[in-house]
Amino acid sequence: MTTQTILPVDAARISELSQAGGEPVWLKDSRLKALELAAALELPKLEKTRLDRWNINNYGSHKAGASLASLAEAPSSVAALIAGQEEGSLVIQRNSGAVYTHLSPELAAQGVIFTDLATAAKEHGDLVQKHLHKAVLPDEHAIAALHAALWNGGVFLYVPKNVVIDTPLQAILLTDDAEATFVPHILIVADTNSSVTYVDNYVSDKTESGLHNGAVEVFVGAGAKVQYASVHQFGTDTTDITYRRAVVENDGTIEWIVGEMNYGDTASDTKSVLKGNGASSDAKVIAVGSGSQKLNYTTQAQHFGKNTPSDMITRAVMRESATSIINGVTKIEKGATRADGQQTEKVLMLSPKARGDANPILLIDEDDVTAGHAASVGQVNPEQIYYLMSRGISRHDAEKLIIYGFLAPVVSQIPLEGLRNQLQTLVERKLGQ
Amino acid sequence: MAAEFVIEGLKATIEGKEILKGINLQMKGGEIHAIMGPNGTGKSTLASALMGHPKYEVTEGTALLEGEDLLEMAVDERARAGLFLAMQYPSEISGVTNSDFLRSAINSRREEGKEISLIKFIRQMEAKMKELEMNPEFLHRYLNEGFSGGEKKRNEILQMMMLDPKIVILDEIDSGLDIDALKIVAEGVNAMRSPERGFLVITHYQRLLNYIKPDFVHVMMQGRIVKSGGPELAERLEAEGYEWVKEELGIEDETVGQEA
Ligand SMILES: Nc1ncnc2c1ncn2[C@@H]1O[C@H](COP(=O)(O)OP(=O)(O)O)[C@@H](O)[C@H]1O
Ligand SMILES: [Mg+2]
Repeated sequence: MTTQTILPVDAARISELSQAGGEPVWLKDSRLKALELAAALELPKLEKTRLDRWNINNYGSHKAGASLASLAEAPSSVAALIAGQEEGSLVIQRNSGAVYTHLSPELAAQGVIFTDLATAAKEHGDLVQKHLHKAVLPDEHAIAALHAALWNGGVFLYVPKNVVIDTPLQAILLTDDAEATFVPHILIVADTNSSVTYVDNYVSDKTESGLHNGAVEVFVGAGAKVQYASVHQFGTDTTDITYRRAVVENDGTIEWIVGEMNYGDTASDTKSVLKGNGASSDAKVIAVGSGSQKLNYTTQAQHFGKNTPSDMITRAVMRESATSIINGVTKIEKGATRADGQQTEKVLMLSPKARGDANPILLIDEDDVTAGHAASVGQVNPEQIYYLMSRGISRHDAEKLIIYGFLAPVVSQIPLEGLRNQLQTLVERKLGQ
Repeated sequence: MAAEFVIEGLKATIEGKEILKGINLQMKGGEIHAIMGPNGTGKSTLASALMGHPKYEVTEGTALLEGEDLLEMAVDERARAGLFLAMQYPSEISGVTNSDFLRSAINSRREEGKEISLIKFIRQMEAKMKELEMNPEFLHRYLNEGFSGGEKKRNEILQMMMLDPKIVILDEIDSGLDIDALKIVAEGVNAMRSPERGFLVITHYQRLLNYIKPDFVHVMMQGRIVKSGGPELAERLEAEGYEWVKEELGIEDETVGQEA
């Protein structure tokens, strides 16, 4: 090992916290094992990004937020996100723990489980243990290991066989205390032929710098469909490292919709593992970088099953001196015949100091497949600005039209109207409009 | 009030090379002026310089529209002052629908809080599209993206109709149009004729002028207007070509930049 990971906690503290939280023994052991791994493992290697130079050590210490007796007590940063949906199924994490959980009685009656992961580990231990850390493995790198050692709060969603849920379930993950460990873990298990949409929002409201080390694991059963929408809007105070992963069985479908609207440095990796035959994945990422943000976004699709289509689209707008590295990795394993992997990464740069780098990668070990990629990095075309202005539109509005036009092919495809509007608003805010 | 448009001593360069060498032209509302000339003589440069294309630098001259010098204004201000240019090669803009684009253009002429209502806008746009025999789906298509040459030209005319300009420059609006489309476009232009509006029709074929009858015809060569006359000048050019003009004026090569 060339570098030694500085551990934010020791084993004794982890045991103590686990015990205090009433966690099952298997979970305590899992945490301790991960902590050992963390000490031995290196940071993940990201394309053209020196993670070791980022502010990634602000783990703070465990601080559970006080439970909310009702949503009326929710902090203002949360209230805005749930306006109009107060009745819906909702989990809120504040700093190191859940402060509110609600599952609609109809869903509960159908056997749906929706609560914070810490509670689920106690109440539905078998189900959680069977899936936890099986998609994002603690031995992948130091960040994943630390995540597995330290995760707190989180969300657990289980949808039983054949249960189809029409209205989205929602979670809000808020960090507003820089000294509190904020390591939420989202675990979704969609059983055979079930269908669900889950939407989460990550927000911060603090001034000192902190870290979000997050992981998302989605297990899509045979014939099941999961639509996962995630909007990250942390302030400059928060460095965001997020690993999202879905494992999809026969004829299952995962759909990712990710809005990367943070103001701080961000590394995210969103990957679909198409394990079963006929499994499919669709990933849409839109991102706006501003200020001096350093950004590294990766989308991946790994095909094992036959007849597996995957599509990944990332559109990123970079303004001021934001720097972004955008990677797309399509990996088709031997035996994944008739797989079809497509990806597009496009970056639009609004200032001469903004940087964008798109890296499409196709790794194909099977002959009988189709795959394609397109990538582009460019500035706003002055000819287009001229054309719009020649009709009376101001330069500001012309640029705005072109930027929204650039994002439109992704935004317009977002199937949830509320989310579409929210992203539109966040994009406007990030673009300073 | 009838628009008065006066271009005086207009010189313009592109990448340091002088293309327009002193253009003088006077137009009044209600008039149609044609600018004719072979390829490469500076016609599009004149149109672009008047509109304010960033690649062209105006080095001398004025272009007064109702007494205000357009050349002092930003591109969008020129448009709002009443200038409209139907471009020879309109841009394609992905992700921006034709209707969002045009609504922004109309609203740019209105005060905040007095924007055109969506319903009213759509009705107007649909009515104009019908006149131009455009499929209503073009409302929702991305601006010029994947449009054929003829569809782009119709879309330029559609914009002209919606924006109600004072001075309209049509740059090779006839290129890429078959005869039926040409008639439709010409009808659109003729329907817009009014005492308040002047037209500058740029073409290198006389064909268009059978449908849009000019009051004045100017011939452009080597970055200058070298000859002006009435409609009979266009007819003679149609019948005899440009050679006689060149002979009369002692011009060997009519294109710009060759003399240098
Ligand atoms: N983008 C350009 N870069 C360099 N020279 C140009 C450019 N555009 C036009 N020119 C020059 O200006 C001359 C006039 O062009 P243009 O105004 O397009 O002519 P017309 O419209 O009469 O065919 C051309 O012959 C060419 O040499
Ligand atoms: Mg031309």
